[in-house]
Amino acid sequence: MEAEETNPKRKGEVIYRHSATVRMTHWVNALVLLVLLMSGLQIFNAHPALYLGDKSDFANPILAMGTVEEGERLTGVTTIFGFAIPTHGVLGLSGDAESGYDERGFPWWSTLPGDRDLAMGRRWHFFFAWLFLLNGLAYLLWSLASGHLRRDLTPSRNELKHIGASILEHARPKFPKGDEAKRYNVLQKLAYLAVALVLLPLMLLTGLAMSPAMDAAFPVLLDMFGGRQSARTIHFISATGIVLFVVVHLVMVLISGVWNNLRSMITGRYVIEPAEGKS
Amino acid sequence: MSGARKLDRRGFLARGLAAASAALLGGCEELSDQTWVKRALESGEALTRVTQEALLSPQTLAREYGEADLSPEFRANGSTNPDDPAYVAHAKNGFADWKLSIGGLVEAPLDLSLAELRAMPSRTQITRHDCVEGWSCIGKWTGVKLGALFERVRLKADARYIVFHCADMLGSTGTEADRYYESIGLADAFHEQTILAYEMNGQTLPIAHGAPLRLRVERQLGYKMAKYVMRIEAVESLDGIRGGRGGFWEDLGYEWYAGI
Repeated sequence: MEAEETNPKRKGEVIYRHSATVRMTHWVNALVLLVLLMSGLQIFNAHPALYLGDKSDFANPILAMGTVEEGERLTGVTTIFGFAIPTHGVLGLSGDAESGYDERGFPWWSTLPGDRDLAMGRRWHFFFAWLFLLNGLAYLLWSLASGHLRRDLTPSRNELKHIGASILEHARPKFPKGDEAKRYNVLQKLAYLAVALVLLPLMLLTGLAMSPAMDAAFPVLLDMFGGRQSARTIHFISATGIVLFVVVHLVMVLISGVWNNLRSMITGRYVIEPAEGKS
Repeated sequence: MSGARKLDRRGFLARGLAAASAALLGGCEELSDQTWVKRALESGEALTRVTQEALLSPQTLAREYGEADLSPEFRANGSTNPDDPAYVAHAKNGFADWKLSIGGLVEAPLDLSLAELRAMPSRTQITRHDCVEGWSCIGKWTGVKLGALFERVRLKADARYIVFHCADMLGSTGTEADRYYESIGLADAFHEQTILAYEMNGQTLPIAHGAPLRLRVERQLGYKMAKYVMRIEAVESLDGIRGGRGGFWEDLGYEWYAGI
């Protein structure tokens, strides 16, 4: 966020917004998370139910996807804490009359591979988990060393004090101009910190807590999350949180100047609209 | 009208998303079949195995639980009632005339009856059984330590793997290729918690859970813990055995070292 220059054509100031490390790790992470999500849903489909504690209480899952008989036909149902929600056609049972119905948790278009193939899903998942780890370490170490974490992502005390106003401001999307647009706002900072320092590391730790070998080597993994089945449930919830973040993130990118945003995450350059009354 | 338009737009978006992911998936699906992709993914598997082996020492034990933690219902997966005629005959007889055979690269091959196995030093452990599908059950297992068996038959210096040949057929080809088998390395074979269990939850091991003997390898996933073990063989390499990957599920693409 330095190296200012003016671009007469665009009537705005061009700043260098994202460093090469941020840009590269961002795109690697985007690809890696997509593969991890889709192969993860393939793995989930092998037993589409979640439990709390060390062991599976098969009669009382906290979440389960399956089918129920409704008269003559089967329908897809997702049960959360005992409440059955009809998810026919998507969760529990997908497909259509033409190509045939398929009893599975998540539908074919959301899993990797598309067909039921736990062995292949695991291979994709663990290979990309290594890439996720290396990429995440590269980002975190660089962010600490370069001051990115402190300078660009840590909210100031003042910002935290006025978080209420910031939330109200974002209720009606109006994006900052001038100097203010050179920095992340407090909600952005908190969202990015939550993903980079909480949700993504949580994915890694809960993933390891599902491994019998890692549990033997580091029993603290089991105690941290309250047992292997709880760890699996937290893994699922945390992944859901990341998906929700990505949805909001994409919407914000779209409505706050999609080409400007995309360019800044590819070349680093970002155009700042001058603040009113100035220039 | 605007409502209909909104629905249309949503339908269009949904179709677009489905088409985009289909294109992406098609790409990945095709990638999955490419040899170089398979090799790359397998290199990840090798890294995962080496890392786990580096983090585990012979003293690293899987967590043991208390009686209160036992699963009320321990799921029986895979084969639950083998129909092999010889097995069925032994089962009818309570495995009274049955013998476990231990051979391969050992100095003194041996056949042992259940009574002889029960007379050997035993170990009882309450452990968590993690299925590759994702669920877990906690059970109490009593059995003879595999390491003690191999001290008795004296492993030859060139033995590197222990192979377990089972009575059940899990595949659907109707040939010998369906027969379950598994293998482990020496570090796991001589591990404190690696036993051949003949009791589960204080009772004689039920047929659904692998009677007369089931392997327990507590730091790995459930499919490593072969049920209906009939014959144990020490070998130098897994290459010549069946699919060459060291187990029924391994030959179908699952990891040989199933620690994760």
